[in-house]
Amino acid sequence: MSVDKDTVRRIAHLARVQVAEEKLDALAGEMNNILDWVEQLNELDVTDVEPMTSAVETTLHWREDKVTDGNKAEDVLANAPDAEYGFFSVPKVIE
Amino acid sequence: MTDLTRLTIAGARDGLKKGDFSARELTSAHIAELEAARALNAYIVETPDQALRMADKADQRLKEGDAPGLCGIPLAIKDLFCTEGVLSTAGSHILNGFRPRYESTVTANLWRDGAVMLGKVNMDEFAMGSSNEHSHYGPVKNPWRAKGSDQDLVPGGSSGGSAASVAAHIAMGATGTDTGGSIRQPAALTGIVGMKPTYGRCSRWGVVAFASSLDHPGPFGRTVRDTAIMLGSMAGYDAKDSTSVNRPVPDYEAGLGKGVKGMKIGVPKEYRTDGMPEEIDALWQKGIDWLRDQGAEIVVVSLPHTKYALPAYYIVAPAEASSNLARYDGVRYGLREKVDGGGLDDMYEATRAAGFGDEVKRRILIGTYVLSAGYYDAYYLKAQKVRTLIANDFHSVFKKVDALLTPTAPNAAFPLGDKLDDPLAMYFNDVFTVPANLAGVPAISVPAGLTGDGLPLGLQVIGKAFDEETVFTVGQAIEDAADFTAKPEAWWRD
Repeated sequence: MSVDKDTVRRIAHLARVQVAEEKLDALAGEMNNILDWVEQLNELDVTDVEPMTSAVETTLHWREDKVTDGNKAEDVLANAPDAEYGFFSVPKVIE
Repeated sequence: MTDLTRLTIAGARDGLKKGDFSARELTSAHIAELEAARALNAYIVETPDQALRMADKADQRLKEGDAPGLCGIPLAIKDLFCTEGVLSTAGSHILNGFRPRYESTVTANLWRDGAVMLGKVNMDEFAMGSSNEHSHYGPVKNPWRAKGSDQDLVPGGSSGGSAASVAAHIAMGATGTDTGGSIRQPAALTGIVGMKPTYGRCSRWGVVAFASSLDHPGPFGRTVRDTAIMLGSMAGYDAKDSTSVNRPVPDYEAGLGKGVKGMKIGVPKEYRTDGMPEEIDALWQKGIDWLRDQGAEIVVVSLPHTKYALPAYYIVAPAEASSNLARYDGVRYGLREKVDGGGLDDMYEATRAAGFGDEVKRRILIGTYVLSAGYYDAYYLKAQKVRTLIANDFHSVFKKVDALLTPTAPNAAFPLGDKLDDPLAMYFNDVFTVPANLAGVPAISVPAGLTGDGLPLGLQVIGKAFDEETVFTVGQAIEDAADFTAKPEAWWRD
């Protein structure tokens, strides 16, 4: 499985990271180096192996279904690059 | 008065309790030293005023007889931990100006026990790196230099600022995080002790996430005892982290000093890699002899899937990172890049392009690729299955032995820039540390000797899940036998 320039462009868009056209080739090369190297996992037969879901044996704890936090609009907005009238502000999304 | 920055945490605690000096004096001595050590670039933010306020409060508690173990002890905090009202950057430009309105659980535990914050220390951006060169705030320099050389070396990473500050005596201890070796490898490269506890021991709440199933907060200190004292404070159940483990935290310090007599120590043969430098192999053998001389039985064991740990890690970690780092969108905190006439997507893409460094972008792209439609089974699912095999390797050897002894890193500190152009060579620095992250088991790095060039090397002890006590015990046996007293020359002082 080899990554080409178009794949990098598509992946970069999926990840919402702008990549300059002239950098796509170099990035494809770097990604292929890493992906070629992880190919060695194919030497292993993992047919009957369960994928790990937790590093240590544990069960998720339960708690009562009630609100434990909130009313912190000011804290939540305090670090926003742009906030108005108690809301996050973003570029216009509807024409 | 003795130089207060030369004390251990245990020694300073006893001196404070006896009234030999005050917490304010201890903290002031460290502030003066760290201000004279800016050439190391260890601190991103210095918080001297806050430190003195915290020290005064500690003095008050000492006077009142309410002084927990860390009361008045000045520490450096890795800039991955959110600290209320204090800039928290994760070493990234994308968190430009971010001042959290909350405190991470681990740091809150330290402050509860009276510790003092000297500042926030440098790191590889989002903890991705093994040299601390991938920081928006510039590289950290290792306090150590090779004999007769003035070339700058890396301190290791990602917790490079934590390690350098403890090694240079500009903090008595430090917090770190270890996702693939980011506590143990820099500890080894700077001649100090670094401990990664069992997954779930220390809460991840308020720690900027890199790869959630692999991220472990843990302590740095100059002795095994100091890291045991720190972990005792940092660890504990936290309802705010769903992976936090609800088990009592043992008194790690009280458990020290038991010795290794009668213990079985495993030496995994797969860790003897091709091209392992002679000096590291020799030090490993020395460590084996030290433990045998103290009455441990040495058993050669096999962890057959070891060679697959690093490639599996470089699927799982970027996949989780690409998902965790999706939150940096230029809307809620940190940097925003405005695009004239652009829409929301343009703003996202421009912000993330300007805010993330090259290594972070590389990992986001790899992670997005391995999780993308059609590739999930071939990469991520497969890697998680390999992870099961690696964890099973550990489970079966721990039926036979109490702990494992290995080198911490495949090399000593290397020159700045040496591995920057070769990501795979950089990744290889974590070859001995990554398996313990994949399996979630505790491990420590203890300084054990010097290379011919006079640079520190560490040995790693790996233990069973939740058996940090045995890891500390074996670590202390290595520490006692190695009698590592070498210190770097203070070339960085103004």
